[in-house]
Amino acid sequence: MQKKLIVSAAPYLHNHAATTQRIMLSVVIALLPTAAAAVWFFGGNALMLIVVAVVSAVAAEYIWQKLTHKPVTVSDMSAVVTGLLLAFNLPANAPWWLAAVGSFLAIILIKQLFGGLGQNFMNPALAARAILMLSWTGLMAANVLPHAGQWAAPVALDAVSVATPLTHGATGFTLWQLFYGDVPGMIGETCKITLLLGGVFLLVFRVIDWRIPVSFIATVAVAYFIKTGTLYSMESGAQNVLYQLLSGGLIIGAVFMATDYVTSPITGIGKLIMGVGCGVLLFVIREFSSYPEGCSFAILFMNVLTPLIDRFTGSKPFGFEKQENPAKEAKA
Amino acid sequence: MSLYTRFPGGIHPHEGMNGKPVTAALPIEELRQPARVTIPLLQHIGAPAKALVKKGDSVKMGQKIGEAAGFVSAAVHSSVSGVVVDVQPCVLANGLQAECAIIDNDFKDEWVKRQPVKDPEKLDAKALSELAGEMGLVGLGGATFPYSVKLMPPRTKLDTLIVNGAECEPYLSADHQLMLSKAKEIVEGAKRMQVAFGIEKVYVGIEKNKPDAIELMTKLCEGDPSFIVAPVPVRYPQGGEKQLVYALTKRRVKTGGLPIDKGVLVVNVGSCYALYRAIYEGTPLIDRVVTVGGCVKRPANYLVRIGTPVQWLLDASEGLLPQARMMIYGGPMMGLAINRTDIPVTKGCSGITVLEKKLMPKPESSCIRCGRCITVCPMLLCPSDIDKAMRKSDFETAEKLGAMNCLECGACSWSCPAKRSLTQSCKTCKKVITEKRRQQRQREEAK
Repeated sequence: MQKKLIVSAAPYLHNHAATTQRIMLSVVIALLPTAAAAVWFFGGNALMLIVVAVVSAVAAEYIWQKLTHKPVTVSDMSAVVTGLLLAFNLPANAPWWLAAVGSFLAIILIKQLFGGLGQNFMNPALAARAILMLSWTGLMAANVLPHAGQWAAPVALDAVSVATPLTHGATGFTLWQLFYGDVPGMIGETCKITLLLGGVFLLVFRVIDWRIPVSFIATVAVAYFIKTGTLYSMESGAQNVLYQLLSGGLIIGAVFMATDYVTSPITGIGKLIMGVGCGVLLFVIREFSSYPEGCSFAILFMNVLTPLIDRFTGSKPFGFEKQENPAKEAKA
Repeated sequence: MSLYTRFPGGIHPHEGMNGKPVTAALPIEELRQPARVTIPLLQHIGAPAKALVKKGDSVKMGQKIGEAAGFVSAAVHSSVSGVVVDVQPCVLANGLQAECAIIDNDFKDEWVKRQPVKDPEKLDAKALSELAGEMGLVGLGGATFPYSVKLMPPRTKLDTLIVNGAECEPYLSADHQLMLSKAKEIVEGAKRMQVAFGIEKVYVGIEKNKPDAIELMTKLCEGDPSFIVAPVPVRYPQGGEKQLVYALTKRRVKTGGLPIDKGVLVVNVGSCYALYRAIYEGTPLIDRVVTVGGCVKRPANYLVRIGTPVQWLLDASEGLLPQARMMIYGGPMMGLAINRTDIPVTKGCSGITVLEKKLMPKPESSCIRCGRCITVCPMLLCPSDIDKAMRKSDFETAEKLGAMNCLECGACSWSCPAKRSLTQSCKTCKKVITEKRRQQRQREEAK
């Protein structure tokens, strides 16, 4: 009998409901409605991109871990999340190999080379997207008008002929179109309904903390309110708060990208700093740079700042009291 | 106004089979005496007691067999009458050997001459402390801090006494059942401390999952306005000293300090009862209530003589169930896993918990920085960072991160999705840092 008893270190009870795999699985579940929306708006090519990105992300992780004789950890599903997020950041008419290259970059260059899960200093999907944007600018910038409910790949249009909601001076989209997702953009960022649904799911199951998404979106809202002074009006075009909130990659970034555990601060106050920082940077890039959209760069920048934020936001132990001034004590 | 404040962090651990809901309803039964007891001379924090008996001596029940050696130390008494077989090192729950007196029971239960205190009402702090030292009292909540030290006349004025009946540890119901059967004695013991220290307010902190104990205690305390029974929320580690003090008085015990610094004395219900018996019966601490819960055929709360081997308790509970995989000396959050059954029950042992296969931890994976350990830490530490520092043997950083404040409650490890042994890392840091500080002191003294 004594032989089969296990001896280990306390505590002996564990929360079996919380495992890395379950956390990743719930993120995947939260992303699925958006995947469906992507296919609905952008057709079969979007589905192909999603499948290729996920499969190649998992394959990249598997191959790398086999080659380097590390334990294979693809079952933790983190590569699936990376693949999905990367696919969501591609335009609908991107070639399949772009998705595969992006996934390999995300998993090998950004994640595994820095030590694998938990060690990457940038969000892998976002960093890969940034590399793709700089390397294949033409392919990544191609904007495609959604054609809801049609299977055939949408016609690739000249980048100049279709204005995204954030191209300067664009006004052609109603608030409902922006919310529902019937606007040009990356396949996973247009449908705000499913993205917010996923966010609520993650918040309810306590997978993500409210601080980053709320402070991120609130900061952008405040910044645009100061700039435009309008919450929403038809005449103001893109120059109002709600239009800006529902355009571009803000929602997917705030809910799914900036909340990545590994690359965001670990303490509550740090998370608030991260959210506010992302919001300010997004506003600055949208307004003052040549890029129409700055969500990914804003988040990447804050990713890099995370270790610094963590360093200065560590909490004091319960019952911590400042040391009395020794000179003062001596007098007393 | 709510009676309590919410302490930071905390968790709600799930139990396996035969957890608190089962053991809480089982009245205390006196366990049959074993033929032989093994009484360790080190059952407390501090220096081991000095043996007063040797091989061949016959001893009476309650006879002092070990004398406190040093300031922080406690006396040890024989729990049976009989003959000393030997005084030799034996393995204890922590896997280390310690000097033990092995006594063959003659089953006559011949008491040593016991002397109740003549004027219990007139006991002052000094007398209480001396009595506690003589009777071998230690904190029965698990820390086993000698009461001769704890009850010394304090430098600061005490204004609050907290009787700790929270019993937040999963599976255990020993304190719960003791409150149900010995409520009057517990209150009486607390009153003696209240009088001795001139304390104004006495709180009896009980977790809300013990409504019967709360009701009984409230009824008993009705006549005395200084006694307040405080039902506290069920949240682990609600019974932690600093957590309970904060919950009931809003006072934050200073890091590295004791509740006494803030004018609060915290006493476990079992210790209150032991003090009562020491005062009114002259009985030293020779037995305690032990919950046997989890994967055993018949879970129970036993009144056990100190020195009874674990096997004896398991036999009384008709053995382990086939799915049992882990046996724990104490509760599942702060106890010690054991794989042998000859280990004796000591003063600090509040339970034997047996866990089934499906509760066994999964293998560890990489930290994903989810921050759950920080959210649940009742001491507001960052266990994942301490763990990382420990793995690099960077104990200086660990100390800066406040590793010494760790309660070892296990909430971080419990909540970790990567199943990293964060609590163990904190414990390792504490051990190493303590040792380094000791060496530092020695070096300074040598100069």
